[in-house]
Amino acid sequence: MTHRTRNWLLLAPAGTWFLVMLIIPLSVVFIFSFGERAPSGGVVPAFTFEQYANLPARWTAFKNTMTLAPIGTLLALLIAYPLAYFLAVKANPKWKTILLVLVIVPFWTSILIRSYAWIFLLGGRGIPALLEWVGLEGIRLINTPFAVLVGIIYGYLPLMVFPIYVSLDKLDKRLLEASSDLGAKPWRTFLQITLPLSIPGIATGCMLVFILLMGEYLIPALLGGGKVFFVGNALVDLFLQSRNWAYGSAVAVALVAVMLITVTFYMRLISRLGASREDVSIM
Amino acid sequence: MRIYAICVYLFLYIPIGVIALFSFNAGRHASQLQGFSTKWYGKALNNPFVMDALETSLMVAFASALFASVFGTMAAVALQGIKGPVRTAFDLLIYVAVMIPGIVIGIATLIGLVTVFDQLNPLIASIWPNGFEPPKLRMGMGSLIAAHTMFLMALVVIIVRARLAGMDRALTEASSDLYATPMGTFRQVTLPLIFPAILAGFLLSFTFSFDDFIIAFFVAGSETTLPIYVFSSIRRGVTPEINAIGTMVMGVSLLMLITAQMLLRRGGKKTK
Repeated sequence: MTHRTRNWLLLAPAGTWFLVMLIIPLSVVFIFSFGERAPSGGVVPAFTFEQYANLPARWTAFKNTMTLAPIGTLLALLIAYPLAYFLAVKANPKWKTILLVLVIVPFWTSILIRSYAWIFLLGGRGIPALLEWVGLEGIRLINTPFAVLVGIIYGYLPLMVFPIYVSLDKLDKRLLEASSDLGAKPWRTFLQITLPLSIPGIATGCMLVFILLMGEYLIPALLGGGKVFFVGNALVDLFLQSRNWAYGSAVAVALVAVMLITVTFYMRLISRLGASREDVSIM
Repeated sequence: MRIYAICVYLFLYIPIGVIALFSFNAGRHASQLQGFSTKWYGKALNNPFVMDALETSLMVAFASALFASVFGTMAAVALQGIKGPVRTAFDLLIYVAVMIPGIVIGIATLIGLVTVFDQLNPLIASIWPNGFEPPKLRMGMGSLIAAHTMFLMALVVIIVRARLAGMDRALTEASSDLYATPMGTFRQVTLPLIFPAILAGFLLSFTFSFDDFIIAFFVAGSETTLPIYVFSSIRRGVTPEINAIGTMVMGVSLLMLITAQMLLRRGGKKTK
């Protein structure tokens, strides 16, 4: 058996699997998005842009996703950064590994159960009951944008901390010493050295969280109670309730397109930031 | 700084802790603590719906993690020695599989497979010998395993490839210089070195499949996995039984994770 045949045989199962379970299904979605809804619930083959023209009907879902996903990403970043900094720079090396594992572990446990925990905490007899006890009455937390944001931060914080930690951990600590030896105040050292050098980590963290948030369904479904919904919720509604496959496919294609455009734009921005970073490190 | 870190850890663990705490609550009300009891665990474990869903979830997780680690490892090993368009195509496929939101994967699999099945079913029926009930392809455990395997294969390729890239080339070269056959080199040098990564990939895949809700929600047909069961129970209201199930699910994931972490760590040291 030649080298070549062996490699082909090794790749065959994975290749076939990707073809049948990824390429064909995604192509079907793309083709159906140009089709028409059949009365029986399926799709009549056609070539029409009618479904795309109808997209504004689901504008609220796109608007919610495109506002709450970036806000959630930003809040997660603001909360994650100091923790990542603490873990990489300040924490006792003896405890570092265990502290880091403690951050990652929640991410790999069921997001369903973790969001459910917040239904419990934010619901009528959770935190609002405590607030009532101290005199703040009639505060509703569950089924608000606030609840969805709390769920987002809670769900994706670990994913944000990890890449930032990695970039801060790699940072040459002698740079910080040099900066303070040269008389820079701590905040100046942070702004001119630490922060610029951790931009790759920030960029990776934000992108991971943002991509996952674009397709989020569970958090708004559980904590937004039908009032705060994302594109994911619209998709579930279109495919599992109203069974409008043609329109649903157009919404799915639009979601992926918006995601790709945002990510491309974002990568450009980051590489430009990265380019300007060079001057900082030379300084 | 340290106080801030403690606050974030509290934020991460209090909600999980509250669920675990209330799962041992003796009272019927989910929000008042009334003494210690394990009765909700007993109740959950005696609920046939929960046990059915658990069985489905475990079977799906085991099968898809197994397929994904075998085929993913095969692909990772082959990709190691390949350049050119095939390599680029595979890199792109893996990128797409990981990037596309789970919900879109779920939808695509649902309508893709239903469309293909609608074409194939009459065909199968027409070639089936008369007098026998022709088999009917439909959404269910098979389609769920296939969908999970697709996504997890990409994950395994990424993990195993990272290990292969970190491996000392001199070892395989030395082996072939000493007249080992390619298969012998693979079995006696490469496989033992990448085995921890494969096992870690298997465990992470198992955890992912076991916890997945969104793909299963579209693809599972009439089957109910544990996350689907929990989701529909939550919709009906918060009960201590869900707290017990949730605590058990998190316990299982935790165990898998710690094992995977230890394997990745130990294996990492060995190759260096």
